Amino acid sequence: MESTETNNAESQSTLAISLNNIEYKYKSKATSPDLTIPQWDLKRGQQVFLYGDSGSGKTTLLNLLAGVLTPSAGVIKIFDRAFSSLSARQRDKFRARHIGVVFQQFNLIPYLSVLKNIQLADYFASTKRKDIIDSAQALLSKLKMPASVLNKRASELSVGQQQRVAIARALINQPELLLVDEPTSALDASARDAFMKVLVETCAAANTTMVFVSHDMSLQDYFETSIAMPLLSQSSSSQEGLK
Amino acid sequence: MTLFSLAWHSLGSRRKSVVLTFFSLLISISVLLSVEHLRLQAKESFNRTVSGVDIIVGAPSGQLNLLLYSVFRMGTPTNSIKYSSYQTLKNHSLVEWAVPISLGDSHHGFRVLGTSQEYFQYFKYADKKGLVFEQGQAFTGMFDTVIGSDVAKQLGYKLGDKIVIAHGIAATSFTHHDNAPFTITGILKPTGTPVDKTVHTSLAGIEAVHLSPRQLRNILEGNTKEEIAPRQVTAVMLGLKSRLATFKLQRDINNTNSDKLMAILPGVAMTELWQLMGTVENLLRVIGFLVLISSLFGLSTMLLASMDQRKGEIAVLRILGAGPRVIFSLVLLEALILVLLAIAAASGLISLTLYLSGDWLASHYGLFLSGHLFSTDIMLAMLVILGATIATAIVPAIEAYKSALHTVLSSKL
Ligand SMILES: Nc1ncnc2c1ncn2[C@@H]1O[C@H](COP(=O)(O)OP(=O)(O)OP(=O)(O)O)[C@@H](O)[C@H]1O
Ligand SMILES: [Mg+2]
Repeated sequence: MESTETNNAESQSTLAISLNNIEYKYKSKATSPDLTIPQWDLKRGQQVFLYGDSGSGKTTLLNLLAGVLTPSAGVIKIFDRAFSSLSARQRDKFRARHIGVVFQQFNLIPYLSVLKNIQLADYFASTKRKDIIDSAQALLSKLKMPASVLNKRASELSVGQQQRVAIARALINQPELLLVDEPTSALDASARDAFMKVLVETCAAANTTMVFVSHDMSLQDYFETSIAMPLLSQSSSSQEGLK
Repeated sequence: MTLFSLAWHSLGSRRKSVVLTFFSLLISISVLLSVEHLRLQAKESFNRTVSGVDIIVGAPSGQLNLLLYSVFRMGTPTNSIKYSSYQTLKNHSLVEWAVPISLGDSHHGFRVLGTSQEYFQYFKYADKKGLVFEQGQAFTGMFDTVIGSDVAKQLGYKLGDKIVIAHGIAATSFTHHDNAPFTITGILKPTGTPVDKTVHTSLAGIEAVHLSPRQLRNILEGNTKEEIAPRQVTAVMLGLKSRLATFKLQRDINNTNSDKLMAILPGVAMTELWQLMGTVENLLRVIGFLVLISSLFGLSTMLLASMDQRKGEIAVLRILGAGPRVIFSLVLLEALILVLLAIAAASGLISLTLYLSGDWLASHYGLFLSGHLFSTDIMLAMLVILGATIATAIVPAIEAYKSALHTVLSSKL
């Protein structure tokens, strides 16, 4: 606790995530919060593996980080910007521009082509990039997908392919922060390993900060840092949660 | 990628229910727009039929009846007035001109109108437009005839052609007076009024058609020198020197003792016609609007029903940074796209129908409808439709808004 406070001034520019006395209640009348995080900082460019039992609040935390939910109490700062100071609209825009999100499944709009799904991210970020097709193709080839997949409908892809397209879409706006929630649970072992490899490599290459949530402990090996959700929510210092 | 293209693809993904909804919208919008178009066009078509005529005089019946047969050539005249009455009216000090008309015969389904040469000079339609000859000139002889543009077009007649006029008004008359041939001396330019469907001859010509075959032969062979004097006419159209005298003259005519006469003012009779039709008109409009509302409810129901299956879609859009307002607009946009398409299709359908049935409507009902749909009033009706669409689609749009507001990104769907 003390160390983080003294470091605060210089760590301003290097922190990707900073949580302070966060509480979240799904029902405002509930007596005890569904999630409590006294303190947690994450440096820019770090990729952490967040694990914990079902119901420990991992997904809730990601929703808070994405700005979809707002904490009942406490301050969330993403890249030094306090979410609480932004309007819902500004948070949506911030998410569109700076945060990529990948979920377990159903990440894509099934009736749109892969390209259109990716272009949608560009549309909501209002970047209107001209090179969107080239970037999409480059990303897909990094993710080991053929370029021909661009014009296929999302619903025609295998689950593993869909998850890779989801990553490509999450990364298309070169987000500073990538939030990933159990992306591999629908994949078989070999698809999972291939998926993890490209994900970690692509993020490392782009120096993207990543919070990766799973309760599959075998995935821990892909990350330098792991945090147990219970520790995060109980401890008063983030350091105790780190392995 | 735009919101429009997203809405478009989203509609495409629910093709079956969307197509059904589209057809229900197409039908209801077609009904509403055609009622509106017919209403406006009928009024305009009727109003432009006669202009510059101050008084119409005929045998006493209803004023609508007289208006219908003298101006619209609809129905059959019940009685005639004496030819001498026409002469008296013509010489009346307040009257500037008088044009007699004599109806009751036909040529291949087209009405035959006996009249004087003044008809071509004084009869006006629309905004005081006079009749203009496409070819030839007014009739001079007893067996000369001037035909309207539709008669020429549909029967393929040229100047100098000889035609036969039948007694009675059915398309196939029983008593063909084959031995009374008329020569076409003039063809009129199109007017968009019943004039286009009329065969004009002299009063003497009409009289001749009704002579016995022997008398007719005598005339045709030039055995009789005497002119055939018309004994009666169906109605007389009057133009006055001063319009201020209209009511006085109308009263005088109605009180004539020498003949049973009735004088009507075309404008007043036309107003009565509209009052009569006004109720029907409003009833049709109300029905049209109710049909529209019911199909718009169908549209809303379709969108609302899709909301459940679209929860995932909405979550994806939220992930990408779409706010609840965007989701709201998306649903509204889908409704508007469908309705706009239905409006476009309905307009096409109505225009096509009008184009194909125009001649039939004109010959059977004297309705000259323009295929040109986009008048200010129709545009206004379209705006009302769009307004009603927004008002009804707001329900599913709000539902989508709420769903977006409460969407929590979750791996479990
Ligand atoms: N939409 C919701 N409405 C109400 N309560 C919720 C909702 N989502 C989660 N919760 C509650 O919040 C707590 C944390 O749930 P959360 O989904 O964050 O856990 P998790 O760690 O992601 O679990 P899992 O590993 O099963 O995904 C749980 O007690 C859960 O019941
Ligand atoms: Mg979860």
